[in-house]
Amino acid sequence: MRFRAEIIVTLKSGVLDTQGKAVFSSLRRLGHPGIEDVRIGRVISVVVDAPDAAEARSEVETMCQNLLVNDLIEEARVDLEAL
Amino acid sequence: MRSAVIVFPGSNCDRDALRTLAEVPGMEVEPLWHDDTTLPPETDLVVLPGGFSYGDYLRPGALAARAPIIAEVRRHADRGGLVLGICNGFQVLTESRLLPGALLPNRDTRFICRPCLLRVDRTDTPFTNAYQKGQVVQFPIAHADGRFYLPEEDLAQLEQRGQVVFRYCDVTGRVDPSVNPNGAAHHIAGIVNDRGNVLGLMPHPERASDPRIGGEDGKMIWDSIRAWCQNEGKRSGHGHGF
Repeated sequence: MRFRAEIIVTLKSGVLDTQGKAVFSSLRRLGHPGIEDVRIGRVISVVVDAPDAAEARSEVETMCQNLLVNDLIEEARVDLEAL
Repeated sequence: MRSAVIVFPGSNCDRDALRTLAEVPGMEVEPLWHDDTTLPPETDLVVLPGGFSYGDYLRPGALAARAPIIAEVRRHADRGGLVLGICNGFQVLTESRLLPGALLPNRDTRFICRPCLLRVDRTDTPFTNAYQKGQVVQFPIAHADGRFYLPEEDLAQLEQRGQVVFRYCDVTGRVDPSVNPNGAAHHIAGIVNDRGNVLGLMPHPERASDPRIGGEDGKMIWDSIRAWCQNEGKRSGHGHGF
C-alpha cells in the first residue's frame, strides 16, 4: 500500500524562533493587534510503500530520528494518509 | 603531519583551508570528497571547512553529517585523531553529534560577515596550546546560523567540563550580549568534545592566518596543532615524518 506522510517540523517551544519573531513583528505592523505568537516550521511530505499504516508510520518515525528532525531543537507531528 | 580537508558539494572555504595548511611547516594536506570512504593512512587532522554544504538544505550541516566520509571521520575521532570544524564544519559536527549542541539562525536573522573578537578560554587543547589563557584574538565570522544552543542543563554540564574554548568578547576580554554577534548561549564561539580532540568554531582561523588578508591571530591554531602532533608523535613513537 502507498501512504503519504506529512511531517510537520517546528522548533521546540523553548527555542527562540527568529523567523517567527520577524513575521510576528510584520503582522503587528500590518494591524493585527490581537496576534500573540507566530512559529514557523516546515512540512515534509514523504510517499512510502508499506504493508500497512502501522509499518508506514514506524518507518517514517525512523526517518525522523535518522535525519528529518533534530530532536535537540525540533519536534515533529506525523499525519499519515493512505493513497 | 598529515591533514585532509573534506569537500562537500557547496563547501566554499575548502581552498582557504588547503592553502593555509599547505603553508604550515611539515604539514601535508590533501582534499577529500564527501563520498570518499577512507582517510589517507596516518592522518593526524581532518578539517571540515566552511560553506553551505548541500545548500544548507533541511538544516545547515544535516545532510553533510550523513555523508559517507563522516563514518570514517567518526572512527578517526574515536581513535583520538584531531577533527576541526570551521563554521559550516562546526554545524556538521553538531549535526553528526560529534559535538554537543546545535547552531540556530542568528538572533537578528541576518547573515553577519565581519571581524570578531574572541577570548581563548582553554589553552590545554591540541588546537589552542600556543595561545595564552584569556588572550583576545580576532578572527572573522561569516554566517547566518551561528547561534549556539543547548538546553540549560546540558549547557551547565558543558561549562562544568570546561568544553568552551572560544567566546565572543570585547577588546578587554569581557563577554557581554552587546559584543555577542549572533546571540549564542553563554557567548560561545567554539567548543571541544569531552576528550578534547574535536574542535568546532563559527569564526574562521584560516581567514586570519596571513597578515596581508585578515591578520595572523589564527596562525596559532596551526602552530598548536603542529606542536601537539610533534609531542604526540614522540609519545606514541610514530612521529609522522618530520
